[in-house]
Amino acid sequence: MNKHAAPNLKAEKITGGVATDQRHDSAHKHVSGTAIYIDDMPEPAGTLHVGLGLSKVAHGILRSVDLSAVRTAAGVVDVLTYADVPGENDVSPSNMHDDPVLAEGKVQFFGQPIFAVIGETREAARRAARLARIEYEELPAVIGIWDLDPVNDKQVTTPLVLRRGDAATAIAAAPRRIKNRMWLGGQDHFYLEGQVSLAIPGEDDEVIVYCSTQGPSETQHLVAHTLGVPSHAVTVEVRRMGGGFGGKETQANQCAAIAAIAAKKLKRAVKIRLDRDEDMTATGKRHDFVIDYEVGFDDEGNILGVDFTYALRCGFSADLSGPVGDRALFHCDNAYFYPNVLAKSAPLYTNTVSNTAFRGFGGPQGMVGAERVIDEVAFAVGKDPLEIRKLNFYDPMEAIGSRNVTPYHQKVEDCIIQRIVAELEESAGYARRRREISAFNANSRFIKRGLALTPVKFGISFTKTESNQAGALVHVYADGSVHMNHGGTEMGQGLHLKVAQVVAEEFQIDLDRVKITATTTAKVPNTAPTAASSGADLNGMAAQNAARQIRQRLTDFAAEKYQVPVDQVVFLPNRVRIGNQEISFNDLVKQAYIARVQLSAAGFYKTPKIHWDRSKGQGHAFYYYAYGAACAEVSVDTLTGEYVVERADILHDCGRSLNRAIDIGQVEGGFIQGMGWLTTEELWWDDKGRLRTHAPSTYKIPLASDRPKIFNVALTDWSQAYEPTIHRSKAVGEPPLPHGMAVLHALSDAVASVADHKICPRLDAPATPERVLMAIERLKNEVKTGE
Amino acid sequence: MAKVSIRNEIRFILNGRDVVLSSVAPDATLLDWLRLDRSLRGTKEGCAEGDCGACTVLVGKLSADGLVYESVNACIRFLGSLDGTHVVTVEHLRGEPGQLHPVQQAMVDFHGSQCGFCTPGFVMSLYGLWMKSPDPSDAAIEKALQGNLCRCTGYEAIMRAAHAISSYGKAAKDPLAAEREMITARLEAMHDGARVEIGAGKARLVVPADVDDFAAMLDKEPGATIVAGSTDVGLWVTKHMRDISPVIFIGDLDGLCTISEDDGIISIGAGVTYTEAFSTLSKRIPALGPLFDRIGGEQVRNMGTIGGNIANGSPIGDTPPPFIALGARLTLRKGDKRRTIPLETFFIAYGRQDRQAGEFVEAVHVPVPAKDTKFAVYKITKRRDEDITAALGAFFLTLAKDGTVADVRIAYGGMAATPKRASAVEQALLGKPWTEDTVEAAMAEYARDFTPLTDMRASAEYRALAARNLLLRFFAETSGTSEPIQVSRYEAA
Repeated sequence: MNKHAAPNLKAEKITGGVATDQRHDSAHKHVSGTAIYIDDMPEPAGTLHVGLGLSKVAHGILRSVDLSAVRTAAGVVDVLTYADVPGENDVSPSNMHDDPVLAEGKVQFFGQPIFAVIGETREAARRAARLARIEYEELPAVIGIWDLDPVNDKQVTTPLVLRRGDAATAIAAAPRRIKNRMWLGGQDHFYLEGQVSLAIPGEDDEVIVYCSTQGPSETQHLVAHTLGVPSHAVTVEVRRMGGGFGGKETQANQCAAIAAIAAKKLKRAVKIRLDRDEDMTATGKRHDFVIDYEVGFDDEGNILGVDFTYALRCGFSADLSGPVGDRALFHCDNAYFYPNVLAKSAPLYTNTVSNTAFRGFGGPQGMVGAERVIDEVAFAVGKDPLEIRKLNFYDPMEAIGSRNVTPYHQKVEDCIIQRIVAELEESAGYARRRREISAFNANSRFIKRGLALTPVKFGISFTKTESNQAGALVHVYADGSVHMNHGGTEMGQGLHLKVAQVVAEEFQIDLDRVKITATTTAKVPNTAPTAASSGADLNGMAAQNAARQIRQRLTDFAAEKYQVPVDQVVFLPNRVRIGNQEISFNDLVKQAYIARVQLSAAGFYKTPKIHWDRSKGQGHAFYYYAYGAACAEVSVDTLTGEYVVERADILHDCGRSLNRAIDIGQVEGGFIQGMGWLTTEELWWDDKGRLRTHAPSTYKIPLASDRPKIFNVALTDWSQAYEPTIHRSKAVGEPPLPHGMAVLHALSDAVASVADHKICPRLDAPATPERVLMAIERLKNEVKTGE
Repeated sequence: MAKVSIRNEIRFILNGRDVVLSSVAPDATLLDWLRLDRSLRGTKEGCAEGDCGACTVLVGKLSADGLVYESVNACIRFLGSLDGTHVVTVEHLRGEPGQLHPVQQAMVDFHGSQCGFCTPGFVMSLYGLWMKSPDPSDAAIEKALQGNLCRCTGYEAIMRAAHAISSYGKAAKDPLAAEREMITARLEAMHDGARVEIGAGKARLVVPADVDDFAAMLDKEPGATIVAGSTDVGLWVTKHMRDISPVIFIGDLDGLCTISEDDGIISIGAGVTYTEAFSTLSKRIPALGPLFDRIGGEQVRNMGTIGGNIANGSPIGDTPPPFIALGARLTLRKGDKRRTIPLETFFIAYGRQDRQAGEFVEAVHVPVPAKDTKFAVYKITKRRDEDITAALGAFFLTLAKDGTVADVRIAYGGMAATPKRASAVEQALLGKPWTEDTVEAAMAEYARDFTPLTDMRASAEYRALAARNLLLRFFAETSGTSEPIQVSRYEAA
């Protein structure tokens, strides 16, 4: 029997169309433990398991690798080394040939996989991995980047230079100048589900890999590359991930390749699931940066020229470091117009794990540099940083003058930051609380409060132009139910739900008539990774395109069969009006099927307008921008540096939101993740290059009790995308993350109060209690020595 | 000693069914058993070290208060320690026929899940809270969720859901409440007073019949691994893959799990968990309440024992410094012989304690501070909750009638290789008037007492500075100022 109620043929609106609040399609499965992640799938009989052998030095020649004790350990079936890789021993996503699946001849970071034990059980494989006897000839290791030369030290890829106007001359001629540098830490993704793949060998050269990946097509291509087979032999499928955040854009590929190689060699299913500590040690993270800046400005606080160098710790290989550094430069302006600007990236080689994509992809790091410059200018001229921010914004879209060109020569045509900041200042009571905090601080010896309001402007599109394409596959079955598939992956962001809402809207059928299905390379080929916040923009359009093709065929069929003009075929909720009569959608579909109308379509979309010339540093890199602002208040203990976030208010722009409930979840979660990055999440390597914060016991992401005590999140109810995006919505994955900057700057404001706001605190990130206390001490000492 | 009977199997209830296992590896975890042996895959592994809570299940056990359900981390809970308990996983939750459980429905309706991987763990933690406290405060919810990490939602939606649960159903009508008597009867029938012995050679586990049985066994087999809450030993297995056989599970032994007060001294049996000690300690020594709220997460507090915190000798255990400052004493037992020493002298050097082969920590005795004394303890961490101490200072002060320092004991964790007294600082305070000048002079003495290390939790410089400043905080708090001294998430109750 059919559990679903019959569609309501009298409804005024469908249930679950676009711009409605829908709960996550899998929510009922999440809460009951019935949502199936890859490690939850029933294993085929005889499934084998992987334990990795990791490097114990940061840089060295592999003098000898003796695996005899590993091979003879109980439960061990085989041990793979680089020599077992049938194709190329490389999973570089950027075609740099610098990312070995298993180390060959040398190791370049502590924790690099050298061999893979294949065992009857995961425990047997992990235990055996410890029995290897490896002799290293240690080489000098480069761990940090603070002391590296951004020009002359080794880089993993070509740096980018953005230039508009003449920064050097403008700075030299400016009434005031400041030059300094800041340290900005990286971040572990800490997806709750670690890296996992299950490979099942097929006939001939075929293999299916179930992989927790954000980029199934890329995983497919790289698995094929390492197996030495055409891509058509490899199918990669993922229903859902237990979190991604960029950490499964390229970092899933190595595990997928190991599982596939073992499965093909041993002709048995092979599963690899990293232990948390291994995952944090052996997979890449958000890049940490050293940002050198020099700014020239006038006495009012108008920025006249800026010179930035963004040096990033890339680790031992390129991975995505090139484009991450690029995106940092693309956001070195945040929401500010620089009359003259020079910005350079320095993607530096280090003997640490290769850093990778992480929500924001360098953009947040770029913005943090911009906001530090704002702070410097504000303290120099003795104004509230918010005044300096407002002074330097791009021209608003309704009054564009000459201040609307970015450092990469794209015109900002959709700037709404002024209105967002004005509304947030009002709703958060900024001015009143600024006064109250001053009064509080004057009377409080140990506890100081701080307040800050920071803006965000985030560019939407992959800067790699070919990634801005998407495909979808939609089937309408003869009973009128719909099967929806597209190239995007679900990692919790509600992408499948949003795309299903789009398809339901096109057919005017209730959402529960649209089946969400696993992403697989066998249905939609050559897709971009679900990244760059692009999931709904790209795949929503592709699915809409597929649905429209079918709807057109149904329209044409109805017009012909009922002998009415095409414009008299109108799709109403769960039904179609054809001339003067209405029939249900299901009946129309059935009739179309009997009349042999094709009820399946492949959809496609490519983002228009965008282009980018990296060699010139110029182009229309982004289709549009997403905006928002956050206001945070903190209390700081000046004896210990401990703090609490008293309140945060956020106003964020999702255009015409496809689903406000989902989008608010993205904004809340993004803010907390950004706050964690800039406060308590500290990656700490020792002098041997060992990451010592490789587990939640030592690496501290925010808890429920780290939320702001008062937390108000709102979406702009008046904005819409300037460009014809899917239903004029805007991307929401990454743009809210940098709202965490408000907390960093509120902490900075509280620190500044110990020196009467006369000295820029230059609070580096993550602003752990330690960094906060040390900044307080520095200011207190400067006040003392100044006297 | 009366002869104990021996049983070669463990018995417990999993969800609705009785389970009898005669083959149990001493290091088998509950999580692996659920997922691999029972194919109950709603319970997830996020970290395998008791920090993320994705593996949260409830364990019901018979106590003085009857059948009590507590959240625990299945990833570091050993299967062999579950004898006589009721294990409840997410698969057991149900609402009205065809409906989700109220906790689950609230999480769905308030958008409490995004990727969903942490969600079963949150559901179980909230379930445990809701049964005890159907209308919890923000503070109570946050405390119950300290051991659950979510990377997607930012928690706000989960908090909204947590507040709404009772509008979806009554805790009193919950299946676990309705079946309480039946489960209690089944568990009582399992408690036969026998010693459990399973396995042989390198794969052997024992659950002693009682503390006397344990004492006799350990005396005979001093090399055995003693496991109480397994919040530390669990990681020896999941992370270091150490062989721990033979294992003696003492987490639920009669005679070791009592807490009592006699003549102003609170005696805490070594098997008493943080959760079990909390109500007594926070009432009798209020300064310990906020500290205990910041030890581990709820699941770890439900498992971990004060005895274990002391016995493992860590320099960053949170209970030794305050207990030392309070003048606590420790009872060690070997066979039938007991000795009681000042707690302070138990810690000899890093990794070395005053415990002989075959001897075990039986109880710690903590004096309740007299009315006219002052006592405080301050823990400094990178993240406020569920974090391991960077530095922790405990202060006990008695002032003479003339306002001079008559007696002072200051002890720190995280500042040396053991929990350690600040003797030079104490000397600088003794006999002096309790004034800021005295305190400032004493702050200069810290460098004589401590040479802290730099590690991933904090630098030596920060530890030294913050530790020193804690004395000033203690002074400010004891000098009756009305302005705020510490940042706090909630006003003091």
